[in-house]
Amino acid sequence: MTDKKPNVDFHSEHHTELLTINMGPSHPATHGTVKFLVDLDGEIISRIDVEVGYLHRGFEKECEAQTWTGVFPYTDRLDYTASVLNNVGYALAVEKLIGIEAPERCQYIRVIMSEMARMSGHYTCLAAGALELGAMTAFLYFVEARELLWDLIEEVCGARLTHNYVRIGGLTADLPAGFGDRVATVFAKNRELWDEFAKLLLKNRIFVDRMRDVGGISATDAKAWGYSGPCMRAAGVAYDIRKTNPYLVYDRLDFEIPVGTTGDNYDRFMVRMYELQQSMSIIEQCLVKMPEGPINHNDPQWRQSSKDDIFTDMESMIFHFKNEINGVPVPAGEVYFPVEGANGELGFYLVSDGSGHPVKCRVRPPCFQLTSSVKYLIEGSMLADLIPTFDMINLIGGECDR
Amino acid sequence: MSAKETAKESPLMARVKARFQKGDTLLFTHSFKGDDTVVVRADEILTVMDFLKSDPALDFDIILDVTVVDYWTKKGVRPASAPLQPYLKESGARYEVVYHLYSVGKNHRIRVKAPLAAATPQINSVTSLWVGADWLEREAWDLYGVVFRGHPDLRRILLYEAFQGHPLRKDYEKTARQPLIGPRN
Repeated sequence: MTDKKPNVDFHSEHHTELLTINMGPSHPATHGTVKFLVDLDGEIISRIDVEVGYLHRGFEKECEAQTWTGVFPYTDRLDYTASVLNNVGYALAVEKLIGIEAPERCQYIRVIMSEMARMSGHYTCLAAGALELGAMTAFLYFVEARELLWDLIEEVCGARLTHNYVRIGGLTADLPAGFGDRVATVFAKNRELWDEFAKLLLKNRIFVDRMRDVGGISATDAKAWGYSGPCMRAAGVAYDIRKTNPYLVYDRLDFEIPVGTTGDNYDRFMVRMYELQQSMSIIEQCLVKMPEGPINHNDPQWRQSSKDDIFTDMESMIFHFKNEINGVPVPAGEVYFPVEGANGELGFYLVSDGSGHPVKCRVRPPCFQLTSSVKYLIEGSMLADLIPTFDMINLIGGECDR
Repeated sequence: MSAKETAKESPLMARVKARFQKGDTLLFTHSFKGDDTVVVRADEILTVMDFLKSDPALDFDIILDVTVVDYWTKKGVRPASAPLQPYLKESGARYEVVYHLYSVGKNHRIRVKAPLAAATPQINSVTSLWVGADWLEREAWDLYGVVFRGHPDLRRILLYEAFQGHPLRKDYEKTARQPLIGPRN
């Protein structure tokens, strides 16, 4: 042991430089995979670099090698918590390029399945958000609600997660018999679970303190960062494509757009909570208003014909063969079609040269720009605030990284 | 086709056409399937974008998307749709940078396209106008190799730094493998 120095320069002796840590890519709070490179000053984040791309699988490159119909399974894997929404968005974009419209019953079923997908996405986001703040019970309540919903979806299209349900000009299957009754049973249970979930969290001091006034953004900044969806509405901008540019039959349905005020995590949470109720109401309205009729476009050149038609109808067989081998001959041109995804504006920008394959199949992923704003939202806050902020931004790896 | 277009031209397109002379900055316009589209000279992109954002009648406050389309084929550069892209051949361009803008207040959309030459595709960054274009331009650089001049942090985003080439270019083989990944098995 040496003698203690009489005069210690604490500034040079103490370790005061920033601590750089890697959070992720495999971290329980980074659902999907994303890496945060965080420079910490004590518990304060002084600099953060968000690195995405761990789930990049070349969505566009794969699509360019596929026929127009072959793209559907790839779209499932974009926002995998809300698959049908991606199917519907892509199908509507292709239909816009061709210039056809699906029959009315098909449009109602698409709305029903879209809203179920939105609910599934919101259940996942809210449940995971609660879990990562320590609320295991609340998580299980919404996972149960999601399971019940997935049972319904499974009845319709046979799959629980990646549905591959929609086709150009129609659907793969009609709703099964007695579907409406089972929806009523499930929704009664889901409304109970909604109440329980709300009771567990919304009066919980710890939960509210960690959510309120954290990760807030003003309406002006939200626009500048290209926000859309629940995060945009939480900031007080009532931008919902179902209202501003109604597609399918949304203009015939009665529903409201929940809007927040401060744009913080609590508002984002509440916007999603109320959207769950609105989605349930939309589905119930659709089940009442839905007409009987065909679910596929009547021109076999564009629709995916059923096996019955293919074996008994000359035209259906010819076009089935041609479309399977060469792809649907979508006319040359370019379109952009946005739908309201679970996270915001899900837009498909398609370029066709008239062959059976897309020249370009670009998806505009809503959570890509949302994630880019994490740096702006979180620099200067505590490390612990990163968790609820990131949860409510709701990065879905499949959609962000494509 | 052009007669039809002018018959139902939106006020938005009329305003853009009134500001920019066709042939000088504006190369082409169309409203195919109702999507209002302006094609502008790449050098003038900031002037056009600034006008679209700051003009009170247009008020494009959100940038939705920035992407690139590559028209290279094995038989040379070919437009996907000849009536919509008569400018592509004469300008000698191979790429097109495609922007999608939206105005929350006015509830209208526009697509802005800028053709770029093959050798060194470069265009000015619009991050000074919309901060949300940051990652979108990084992605366009990453996947297409288009340089955005004036971008604050133009790094790869979806791929890793050692990746060679830009995979969404049409001359990048779908089956190509990268050195870091190594041979199959």
